[in-house]
Amino acid sequence: MSQTEIKASSATLDRAAPYAFKKTMKPSTIIRWTLLFMGGILMIMPIVYLLSTSFKWSHEIYNLQIIPDEPTLDNYSFVLEDGRFYNWFFNSLIVAVSTTVSAVIFDSLVGYTLCKFKFKGKTFVFIAILSTLMIPTEMLIIPWYTMAVEFGWINSYWGIMFPGMMTAFGTFLMKQFFESVPDEFLEAARIDGLNEFQIWWSVAMPMVTPALSALAIFIFLGNWTAFIWPLIVTNDPQLYTLPVGLTTFSVEQSVEWELIMTGAALATIPTLIVFLVFQRYIIRGVVMTGLKG
Amino acid sequence: MANVILKKLTKAYGKTEVLHGIDLDVKDGEFVVFVGPSGCGKSTTLRLLAGLEEVTSGEIYIGDNMVNNLEPKERNIAMVFQNYAIYPHMSVRKNIGFGLRTSKLSKADREKRIDEVAEILSMTDLLERRPSQLSGGQRQRVAIGRAMVRDPSVFLFDEPLSNLDAQLRTQMRLEIKKLHQDIGTTIIFVTHDQVEAMTLADRIVIMKDGHIQQVGTPNEVYQTPKNMFVAQFIGAPSMNMLAGQLDGDGIKLNQSVKILARPKSDTKDVSIGIRPNALRIAEEGDEVLFEGTVSIIEPLGAEALIYVNLGYAEVIATVHGYVHPKPGEKVKLTAVKEEIHFFDSHSGDAIY
Repeated sequence: MSQTEIKASSATLDRAAPYAFKKTMKPSTIIRWTLLFMGGILMIMPIVYLLSTSFKWSHEIYNLQIIPDEPTLDNYSFVLEDGRFYNWFFNSLIVAVSTTVSAVIFDSLVGYTLCKFKFKGKTFVFIAILSTLMIPTEMLIIPWYTMAVEFGWINSYWGIMFPGMMTAFGTFLMKQFFESVPDEFLEAARIDGLNEFQIWWSVAMPMVTPALSALAIFIFLGNWTAFIWPLIVTNDPQLYTLPVGLTTFSVEQSVEWELIMTGAALATIPTLIVFLVFQRYIIRGVVMTGLKG
Repeated sequence: MANVILKKLTKAYGKTEVLHGIDLDVKDGEFVVFVGPSGCGKSTTLRLLAGLEEVTSGEIYIGDNMVNNLEPKERNIAMVFQNYAIYPHMSVRKNIGFGLRTSKLSKADREKRIDEVAEILSMTDLLERRPSQLSGGQRQRVAIGRAMVRDPSVFLFDEPLSNLDAQLRTQMRLEIKKLHQDIGTTIIFVTHDQVEAMTLADRIVIMKDGHIQQVGTPNEVYQTPKNMFVAQFIGAPSMNMLAGQLDGDGIKLNQSVKILARPKSDTKDVSIGIRPNALRIAEEGDEVLFEGTVSIIEPLGAEALIYVNLGYAEVIATVHGYVHPKPGEKVKLTAVKEEIHFFDSHSGDAIY
């Protein structure tokens, strides 16, 4: 390397170094990362504490240290050996899967109809569906309960599931997503001889898989963690869902937090699986790949 | 294959009528191109033909059947859309075979038909690919394949080349023309590009504001345009149009300029139209038609367009690409009198 070249490259380094230093030390960067870090800690702490408690003995649970002095797996053995846990788990699974399948189908069917068809009263129907979003769940519980009593749905899977079988939020979400499906796809299928139901199922639905995945995750999580309504509509322990069942670990004199936390830790497993299965569909946006924009 | 007849076809959206009584007879096996500016009703006519929109009044016949009340699938037509509309979640094979789902063919016959179409379109190697792995031209070919596979009576093309770049558009244009020569099916093609219309069509239908302006072969509409709109819409650059008045043995364009030619008409206000390629730089002994100053030059390679300011108007002339006047130079232009078109300035109708 010649003298001139060495001088030139060292000069480049001299210029580059202070720039790199400045870039990492920008105050806005520091503030941004600090806020993100704090947010991350806030989000993860309850989960860390839940997991930590599930490995503690009962006398240790009010000790806030994260790593237990004497970690134990006894809580997991107890919960998993208790037959009721499997029963609650199974009930939750039936409820969450059924409502998810139902809501995904009906929400997208109604959303598609509202989006792609012209008919009298369409706007009224849409506004009526949207307006139900403004009513808090607590206000709906009494009408739901009266309905469940009237139809004999107390202490039944159907009783737990029926309020979530179709959702206004899902209808709205799917309607908005179907807006992004160009009519030309549907018209092409119409010319190819498909009926309207076939067009919805084989053309429109595969194009909104990201929205369907997001909706499936929301609905599944909502129903998997639902507490108030399943508690109200069931009084038979055989029909308790997981969140309701876990409350039986608290008795009049004491609350067995370590068992509740263990049950809750086990209950997160299906939700994690659902998220991992569906999140790749959310990321993969497929709608525009068949079109020239 | 089938002929297509439109009788007094109208279409209205609410109280707004967008098509005002279209009459047209497309012969069996003919390649007809609808051309016109945006909003002229060409795509609406195509959609009515396809059954994607309801007819307000009038009749549509495909072959011997009136199809006004038939569903799109019952009309035995196939349509290729501007945005291709090929399904992104299906392979090329599934896309092409999609239209056969409702047919009564066996699976083996369906596969055979898909392979045949893929071979015609030189797509055999691409059958297992997804649309996202194809180029624009290949996607358009898949869309054409999906239309071909059902062996329809009529092909409808709705601006299928608009989204392709210039080179690919020329290539696909040739492919579509060759395809028509090979399969001979009736094709109705919509475009706003008059070059596409001229190069592809057996007959061109020129539309404006929901009316047909002229129907004719490419040569007919170019050489004998029915009115000023057709004259200026067909041909690039547009025909030069100059307003004047009948005066004795010629047409007076302004106080001092008079063209010594006149139509067989007594209409006083007459416009003359001359195509840029009919004008040339006048040589010694030529009758000078226009005199003016060159304002702009657009070189196109083998030829160049010169914009000549006449003082009372501006005309465009196509001249030799390498030897031409410079901006600011004075030029004299001439033309063969047979190349001058006359139009009634008020109605816009051609005077022959």
